[in-house]
Amino acid sequence: MEFGPSETQRLFDRVIRDYLGDRLPLEEVHRLAREGAGFDEALWRGLVELGLAGVLVPERHGGAGLGMFEAALAAEALGYFGAPVPFAAAAVMAPLALQPSGEEGAAWLPRVASGTARIAVGFEGHAGATGEAAVERRGARLSGRITGVLDLGGATHLLVVLRDGALGLVAIDAPGVRATTHPSLDRTRPLGEVALADASAEVLPGGEAPALAVLDAGRVVLAADTLGAAQRMLDRAVAYAGHREQFGRPIGSFQAVKHMCAEMAAMLEPCRALVWYAAYALDHLPDEARLAACHAKAHLAEVGREVARLATEVHGGMGFTDELGLHHWFKRVGASRQLLGGPERCRREAAALQGWDAPAR
Amino acid sequence: MTPEDRARALMRWIHAPGSAPPDDLEPDVVEAAIIADEFSRAGLYPGIMNQGISMLVPTLLEVGTEAQRRRWIEPTIRGDVIWCQGYSEPGAGSDLAAVRTRATIEAGHFVINGQKIWTSSAHYADTMFLLCRTEPDRAKHAGLSYLLLSMSTPGIEVRPLRTMTGRAEFNEVFFTDVRVPVDQIVMGPGDGWQVANITLRHERLMLGDPNKLMHRIRRIGELMERTRIDGVRVIDLPEYRDRLIRLQAEVLASRCHHLRLLTARDRGDEPGLAGMIVKYYGTTLAHRLSALAVDVLGAAGLAYAPGGETVDDDEATTWQIDYMYDLGLIIGGGTSQIQKNIIAERGLGLPREPRPAGSTSGR
Repeated sequence: MEFGPSETQRLFDRVIRDYLGDRLPLEEVHRLAREGAGFDEALWRGLVELGLAGVLVPERHGGAGLGMFEAALAAEALGYFGAPVPFAAAAVMAPLALQPSGEEGAAWLPRVASGTARIAVGFEGHAGATGEAAVERRGARLSGRITGVLDLGGATHLLVVLRDGALGLVAIDAPGVRATTHPSLDRTRPLGEVALADASAEVLPGGEAPALAVLDAGRVVLAADTLGAAQRMLDRAVAYAGHREQFGRPIGSFQAVKHMCAEMAAMLEPCRALVWYAAYALDHLPDEARLAACHAKAHLAEVGREVARLATEVHGGMGFTDELGLHHWFKRVGASRQLLGGPERCRREAAALQGWDAPAR
Repeated sequence: MTPEDRARALMRWIHAPGSAPPDDLEPDVVEAAIIADEFSRAGLYPGIMNQGISMLVPTLLEVGTEAQRRRWIEPTIRGDVIWCQGYSEPGAGSDLAAVRTRATIEAGHFVINGQKIWTSSAHYADTMFLLCRTEPDRAKHAGLSYLLLSMSTPGIEVRPLRTMTGRAEFNEVFFTDVRVPVDQIVMGPGDGWQVANITLRHERLMLGDPNKLMHRIRRIGELMERTRIDGVRVIDLPEYRDRLIRLQAEVLASRCHHLRLLTARDRGDEPGLAGMIVKYYGTTLAHRLSALAVDVLGAAGLAYAPGGETVDDDEATTWQIDYMYDLGLIIGGGTSQIQKNIIAERGLGLPREPRPAGSTSGR
């Protein structure tokens, strides 16, 4: 048994990166960020063709039938290229939520895999995020308001993970559903808010454990996204330090600057294996998966913040400009830190999972 | 092979970086890591790790002669021969290639004169691998050689050097006309810098070993469950608990990273940057772990009564020693600043610091 991506998985990763590298030069990220929709039809279609929308959907339902490890590799690549696509919710969390939900859930999977059903995800509880979320369910009708909805940009449907773990699925254009995206700090991912007024929903059975599994998968995807985004910032800092000259020589030859780059590499490099482990655990190590997801989410949030700061500093005044575009990744890392529970919250859950949740007295 | 034999063979393999696995082992890095983990869980240090096994053995496997491998590897792995590392000198710390200890050839022997410092375990080691200057006319880095010698050779004097812990963990070693047969050189005269760097690469991996970290973070969790402040278990105080969990994630990352490196080794891939960060990451993390333990123990943990290397110290003293000794490990084996130069220049490809004119010549 080996620890790390297999030859096939490395190939999968390379194919995605080749596509994104061609498709998302910096000017394109600038353009998409200016639009701020968090979604681009053409980009999404391309990723659907690569099988990304159905990465977790079993082959019998039209998907690629791969696992969380591949999903994490994809998320890392999307973070690296700053792609505004609804991957976390539409390609990972929603299909994971729907898969165990019997026939009704499975009926959605072919549409998920074909990229035509893009399901945003909101949590009424569980996630430990700030914001408001209160949804009242009467039979198959939902009323209330839910903020912090993930990947609402370009969404066709919303999946609400209710406080009791049940799932409510509504169409965005159904009567009684008002979906609003607000500009977010991270222009590649707007903030989603949905108001429900006696909206007709498909209510699927769920439960506490599956709800948490969906949350964990979302957290690992965000951690992987941060890994990719931070790696991009480090790569750019190293490239800049190698050619930018001051005092007659490249700034990267000064220890003050090269040590910042070394700090970033030393922090970030072990994160790669941590994300691999957390992603693998979701599929194969049920006893370790929750703790690994909490650790990965919290740790990548901390490392991501440090790398984002240091990489910007290495760029000096240019790092602070809009033109350089480094800030798109700075903001993406900053947003992923807060979504689905910040690091303090994730660490509190990690402690509770080890039986360390007694109130201090 | 019985399961016990297999477990032992895997442990040997995992702790001798660079060593080839026995033919019938079919090593499995995850299995090996699980075994190491079980040792750690049981509170046992998972195997012998020292400068001979973890640094010299892989060096000889890379560049030693067949005769040198036959002579030294087996007794070293068995623990019959303990090695120390003769590198640093008063004038050659971070600037290691500036070593001045001289060896000249006379009648089939190197004759060594000079001084080493901060030499860990020289007071009980049987043998030393030594970096010395044999080609004084060549450029600094090209004038060095790497010799293997017995510590009982006449002319060697070991003087213990007390450290900040209050114990004498390292030494000064003086050489006066110490005669070593010429076949005890690894590679050739002038190749010492290359050999020393191979050893240093393995030292970085040894010093960043995650098993120690995993063992330690478990002990800190237990310590926090037992220790109380104003009657409250420290583990229930959120400000301490958050620090513990934060460190847990870093130790977990370190462990996963180690598995990644083992897999690379197993595949024959060059780990590159991933291997270069290990010493810096591991030693700074270890120091933050012992810092948490010291803070958990608080005022009561200030009681300090080190009993010497062969005595088991009380818990508070052990943590205080670790807290200081870990700082020593951050400095030794290439300081964090040297590590960062290595990471940045060799790992990330950033330009080297220009050297002042005239600083490159050896002495």
